[in-house]
Amino acid sequence: MFACADPQSLEKFDWLVCYLTSGKHVLFYQSFGVVLLLLAITAPVSLAFGFLGASAARSQITPLRWFGKGYTAIVRGVPDIAFFMFFVIALDQFFEYLRHKVKCPDWDLPIRQGSDFIVCAQAKLPLSTAPQWQHETYGFSLAVLTFAIVFGAFAANVLFGAMRSVPHAQLETAEAYGFSRRQTFWRIVVPQMWIYALPGLSNLWMILIKATPLLFLLGVEDIVYWARELGAAKQARFSDYPHGDWRLYYFAALLAFYLLLTRISEIVFARITRRLSHGQATAAGEKQRKAAA
Amino acid sequence: MRKLILSTAALALMSGAALAQETVRLGTEGAYPPYNYLDDNGEVAGYERELGDAICAQAELTCEWVTNDWDSIIPNLVSGNYDVIIAGMSITDERDEVIDFTEAYFPADPSAFISTSDAFDGTGEADAVLADKAFLEPIVAESGGELVFAGEDVILGDGIGIGVRESDGELKDKLNAAIAALKADGTVNTLIEKWFEGMEGPY
Repeated sequence: MFACADPQSLEKFDWLVCYLTSGKHVLFYQSFGVVLLLLAITAPVSLAFGFLGASAARSQITPLRWFGKGYTAIVRGVPDIAFFMFFVIALDQFFEYLRHKVKCPDWDLPIRQGSDFIVCAQAKLPLSTAPQWQHETYGFSLAVLTFAIVFGAFAANVLFGAMRSVPHAQLETAEAYGFSRRQTFWRIVVPQMWIYALPGLSNLWMILIKATPLLFLLGVEDIVYWARELGAAKQARFSDYPHGDWRLYYFAALLAFYLLLTRISEIVFARITRRLSHGQATAAGEKQRKAAA
Repeated sequence: MRKLILSTAALALMSGAALAQETVRLGTEGAYPPYNYLDDNGEVAGYERELGDAICAQAELTCEWVTNDWDSIIPNLVSGNYDVIIAGMSITDERDEVIDFTEAYFPADPSAFISTSDAFDGTGEADAVLADKAFLEPIVAESGGELVFAGEDVILGDGIGIGVRESDGELKDKLNAAIAALKADGTVNTLIEKWFEGMEGPY
């Protein structure tokens, strides 16, 4: 390899290689991993939240039902941006407040002083002495939790609808065979609801992919943040690689990334749909049955 | 869902018990050269980076740099995600109601309008931009005559200071003492002359 110490003296190709491997670009490449990791964790957690929310919403226990319905109604109704701007700070303060109560029972100063939120140093999350990666991991976990709560509410609504779409005659049959409510739910409803939930869930997945730039509001530096930072015009005084406004190229690269990701998702969803349609009392399931016969 | 939140909270409660010496976390934006920006390695750099490190050394504090979006930079200070804001923030009355400022470490910088030399034909989306002159100067200088300063400079605020929580009097005193010492020994001046072309002390 050649040295990147003095980029001004390099030829076009060498300059580009040095430029694209600068420390800042490495951070940019890593942020793709962060986004994919967020998607990989958030999707199953949201689905779990959604499942619990939907089950709660159809529960026979009234407070649980209110909780399930309230969760979906409130979270779906609040604009995402408000949720991501304020809820995360509130969540962080809530955790710190709990820790404060446990760790500093003798603390006599008020926790709220004007607009300040003051907990004892031991209750800070993470501790202010903690290395930066712990702060970043904590921030990332808060982001996952927030995304999961928001998308969980939408998923709950989709699953709630899907649970009701399972043909009613089947539930009556189950009852006639002496299934309990719980057995009907787990053996009839849950295995069959996915085919009805899939269109809604695939929509949610696409929206989740597109919502990842909200990460920056949560203090996690994502691909859009880095693309904007790297693409912005650089003056020779502040960078070894001065250049004009290159945001268009960086955003074009993001466009390609997002399109690739959504295309792969579409293919995967098409496969899952085909598999789940098998033996179902839906148009697609009926078609499969006739084709086989 | 409740269970999940509670177990996360329990996990959070258990992690990290030891109380070591205090670290001061410095929040900045990282997108406002020459005050603060990210260098080619993605590290915070600029006038405030060097000044902040000097202040920390002077006050014998362990410091850690953090970047945060400008729009949520004050909410994250008051809720304790970092301890100071050092981000080219002018001391204004509106901000002073929510947070406290140290003494200024940079004079009330004139803000200036820039616009394209032929802007007033009204075809562009914006005809002029108003921002700190020191931020605009390199942009105008490297625009090859496409951008020019327009109109008179405007003085906004009472200089640039370090933002601290109102309840953090002790830290504010420490920082003020350090800033005063660095002003007295000429460090602030040297840094201003290094980072801001055409600006001269004494400050």
